[in-house]
Amino acid sequence: MTRDVVVPEVDFSGVCKQYGNGAAVLKNINLSIAKGEFVSLIGPSGCGKSTVLKLISGLTMPSAGTIRVDGMTPKNARETISYIFQDATLLPWRTVRRNVALSLELEGAGLDRREKRTAELLDLVGLQHVADSYPRELSGGMKMRVSIARALATNPRLLLMDEPFAALDEMSRDRLNEEILRLRAEQKWTAVFVTHSVAEAVFLSTRVVVLAPNPGRVFAILPVELPQPRTSALRSAREFEECVGQVSHKLREARAQ
Amino acid sequence: MRQRLITAGNALAVFAVLLLLWQIVLWIFRVPAFMLPSPWSVARTSATRFAALAGAFAITGEEALGGLLASVVAGVAIALIFAQSRWIRRMLYPYTLLLQTVPIVAIAPLILMWVGAGTASVTLIAFIISLAPIIANTTQGLVSVEENMVHLFLMHSASPTQVLFKLRLPHAIPSLFVGIRIASGIAVIGAITGELYAGSSRVGEGGLGYSILYASSQLQTDYLFALVLAATVLGFCFFFLVMFLEWYFLHRWHESARTPEVD
Repeated sequence: MTRDVVVPEVDFSGVCKQYGNGAAVLKNINLSIAKGEFVSLIGPSGCGKSTVLKLISGLTMPSAGTIRVDGMTPKNARETISYIFQDATLLPWRTVRRNVALSLELEGAGLDRREKRTAELLDLVGLQHVADSYPRELSGGMKMRVSIARALATNPRLLLMDEPFAALDEMSRDRLNEEILRLRAEQKWTAVFVTHSVAEAVFLSTRVVVLAPNPGRVFAILPVELPQPRTSALRSAREFEECVGQVSHKLREARAQ
Repeated sequence: MRQRLITAGNALAVFAVLLLLWQIVLWIFRVPAFMLPSPWSVARTSATRFAALAGAFAITGEEALGGLLASVVAGVAIALIFAQSRWIRRMLYPYTLLLQTVPIVAIAPLILMWVGAGTASVTLIAFIISLAPIIANTTQGLVSVEENMVHLFLMHSASPTQVLFKLRLPHAIPSLFVGIRIASGIAVIGAITGELYAGSSRVGEGGLGYSILYASSQLQTDYLFALVLAATVLGFCFFFLVMFLEWYFLHRWHESARTPEVD
């Protein structure tokens, strides 16, 4: 008798990380993220949130334990992963269009596919009208859209986001939050999202992971059982407030650790 | 635009006042012409010996430009090697310092001995003297790429060649221009100094440096002044050429290269 074993998208077992002989950044992380989940990592600074993303992407190696992405080592799984950084990391010498095309270009996509896909994505994030502008001519929110378009151009199955909206004003942030959810509904990727904002974490996620510092460890995992699809109206709903309250409470406990 | 005209007008007014002061000094102190010629006689000599002046200008200009172009090509190539590892930089960087500190007048006689008097020697001197700032600035630009940018490239399986040519090199272009701006000034000085030691003395082959030596030995002070003026104009030409290129290549995307404002 065979049983279907569902391979998790991301799997951490007993992962520790320390740089050189310094203090441990992460200690004994066990975390499994299923396909299609939207998981936010939240915690006080110094709890190793960003390090978790670096480990999933294989940009840094664990000191102990194993990480599997779709059953593979992080480096082997890279083709299926896209990473969105806190700053938009656009190349200032390239136009918006050519910035979006960069990820495809690096992965060796042909010119035809690049142009077609780039046009699709510019449409998707609503930037067709600034396609030939340079990054310095754009607002912070628009730069971040370009960054998102570039990340999605390669059809990732896993999207890692490291405080992508931290530098934006609240209005742009809320709008981009809604857009991220719309894109996910269309494209069905799995997301791991690092943030400082409880409201953002709750609004976006299916699960919120609260980390505690010194050394970084999983303090609590809270499922967010709010209805999908989520719209801006949800932000003023009572159950949303309650959920934010719960996560905030856990976060305070984690900080007191 | 109006602002610029006013700025240019002010600069011209200063020039006129200087000429007037010059003339007044001549009148009051009765300086002999071989010590300090009048502005008028400098202007007249510039006109009558224009062909010789222009010839010398062109020769020195070619030498300085040749040296500068060579140092850009070689400097960028060396910087690309330096950018490969900290280890290489530590090993080789002291030698670029050497390039910067060796007095050009001390090695000019050697170059004269090896290469012989003429354009090749002078171009070589201009090249040596302008190389260090190009290497230093380009290397700085190549290695100062943000870590996240490199990570982005790695996440999309970029090869080391792609990181170098699609990320590091374009990122280094503004720094390269800082280097070229410094190098262009010293390339002109290098070419003129080089000519003092290793310039050709054949008729019609001497540049500004050689002509300056010749004019001073003949006490043709008015021509000497005209030559100094020509050397200054050459320096200006280089300065504006580099400014224009910098604006042309960077103005669309780089903050430092908006239309230069003269306040």
